[in-house]
Amino acid sequence: MNGPSLAPRGGRFEPRIAARQRTGRIFRGLCLAAVGFGILSLLVLLVDVTKDGLHVLSLDFLTRYPSRLPARAGIRSAILGSLWMMGLVTLLAFPLGVGAAVYLEEYATKNWFTRMLQTNIANLAGVPSIVYGILGLAVFVRFLAFGRSVLAGAATLALLALPVVIISAQEAIRAVPSSLREASYGLGASRWQTIQHHVLPVAMPGILTGTILALSRAIGETAPLIMIGALTFIAFDPKTPLDPFTVLPIQIFNWTADARTPFHDLAAGAIVVLLVVLLLMNATAILLRNKYQRKL
Amino acid sequence: MSGGTSSLTARRHRVVQERAIGTLLFACGAISVLTTIGIVAVLLSQSAGFFAEVSPIEFLTGTRWSPQLVPQSFGILPLVNGTLIIALGSSLIAIPIGLASAIYLSEYAQARTRRLIKPILEILAGIPTVVYGYFGIMFVTPILRAVFPHTGIFNAASASIVVGIMILPMVSSLSEDALNAVPRSLREAAYALGATKFEVSTRVVTPAALSGIVASFILAVSRAIGETMAVTLAAGATPRMTLNPLESVQTMTAYIVQVSLGDTPYGSLEYRTIFAVGLVLFLITLAMNLLSQKITRRFREVYE
Repeated sequence: MNGPSLAPRGGRFEPRIAARQRTGRIFRGLCLAAVGFGILSLLVLLVDVTKDGLHVLSLDFLTRYPSRLPARAGIRSAILGSLWMMGLVTLLAFPLGVGAAVYLEEYATKNWFTRMLQTNIANLAGVPSIVYGILGLAVFVRFLAFGRSVLAGAATLALLALPVVIISAQEAIRAVPSSLREASYGLGASRWQTIQHHVLPVAMPGILTGTILALSRAIGETAPLIMIGALTFIAFDPKTPLDPFTVLPIQIFNWTADARTPFHDLAAGAIVVLLVVLLLMNATAILLRNKYQRKL
Repeated sequence: MSGGTSSLTARRHRVVQERAIGTLLFACGAISVLTTIGIVAVLLSQSAGFFAEVSPIEFLTGTRWSPQLVPQSFGILPLVNGTLIIALGSSLIAIPIGLASAIYLSEYAQARTRRLIKPILEILAGIPTVVYGYFGIMFVTPILRAVFPHTGIFNAASASIVVGIMILPMVSSLSEDALNAVPRSLREAAYALGATKFEVSTRVVTPAALSGIVASFILAVSRAIGETMAVTLAAGATPRMTLNPLESVQTMTAYIVQVSLGDTPYGSLEYRTIFAVGLVLFLITLAMNLLSQKITRRFREVYE
């Protein structure tokens, strides 16, 4: 007794509606459980890290240099290194990324070169971060002889962040209504005047959101900086871009990999600090996005 | 007359300025091409020195990896094996759970719930990988060792679990986007034929969104293959041809980190291994990313 097939590919018609709906309820339960698994994982991770790390947090922990003695160790040099990274990566990646996005959206003609450029950027976004580390090691540390410095690290992370900055800036620029451009052209403005005074100001909140998100990814990166030789034990403040440095994720890695248990809690403490920084950055990005969405 | 000349100069000045700015912006775009050229050039030129001394056949088919021991042996298969175990293990978590989450968010959840839950899941992707490494060693491994007493301190299973959690939002977000793009009319047609919600979700909407879903799987696996810090911390540093997830393994990425943490002399054969391994890693992830893009473009069902 084959009825007309309900399913597009194979499967017989099952006339017992109660049984079919029971299957449906089980399926729905499984799907809900899957969502629950993700949320629960996040909660367990955050609680586990906070439980381990909260007790080491203190002003001393934030302002002391690392030490062989866990009771006297702190993350001063790691915080300073991460701040250096944040500043320099922004200085490098933001103008380059926005420039590339403006070129692609406002200047480039639709030809094979532009298509190649676009595909290339999409692919760069998928290159593993450690490969950027290999590039940074060969180009910035060795070839340009920056050494194992703040500058070499920031340049490497800037290249890593660049594709994400470009793609999100492009989206923000694309969302600017073309009527705005046409009105500006109609009043006799040149292309750059139009971009400078009308397109970029309107797109800026979106561009900033994407940049902050890209930056927060760069701040959490460890592998490329290990590749370029960021040191783990720095007991001084990096003062110039050519000084050696460490960053929070490397300090976390170093303490986690240590066989001695007291250092693991220090790692957890540093993780809490890192996550708070990332949370603040993401909150800023979300606030900007909400403001932006209201405006249009 | 003089006024005309100065306005002409001004206009010429502006044309020059416009052209300069256009060139400058083009240069910004060109940096991304230079990055790719740089990556390929560095990997190829440095690997060339390696392959001058080690035959590519030995490298690609050898089952022993011991550049730091005498006699040295350069078979990359143990590292590939470690990488594949992690990729497979993390997919076993991220693919079913991610797809089920995506179906729930797209088909069952109300719009408000979706707007709340999607960003929460995406936080998982924003947590630094070194934090997952900590979580793997300090939380997941002790649980595994309590359940399976023979588990090593470093093991592939805990690394797979944390990497699976990490790439979960990639599958769920991208698959949900694909499911959402399926037009309502398809669902309504199926309902009109008497299908239940379950049947509509699994036999109409999911197959219709399959290209986007598969693309999200490939991207997630590619991310797992390139993942470094979580596997370095949780899976250990033992290149091994094992399939037992409770043993320590070493991935390609973890090997590269191990060499750069040690004091390998610059220019030595051992130092050059990181470029050869990096080249294999780069080619694998590039192939997967291109495949994912191709699937999205080629097999996308265009509705209306």
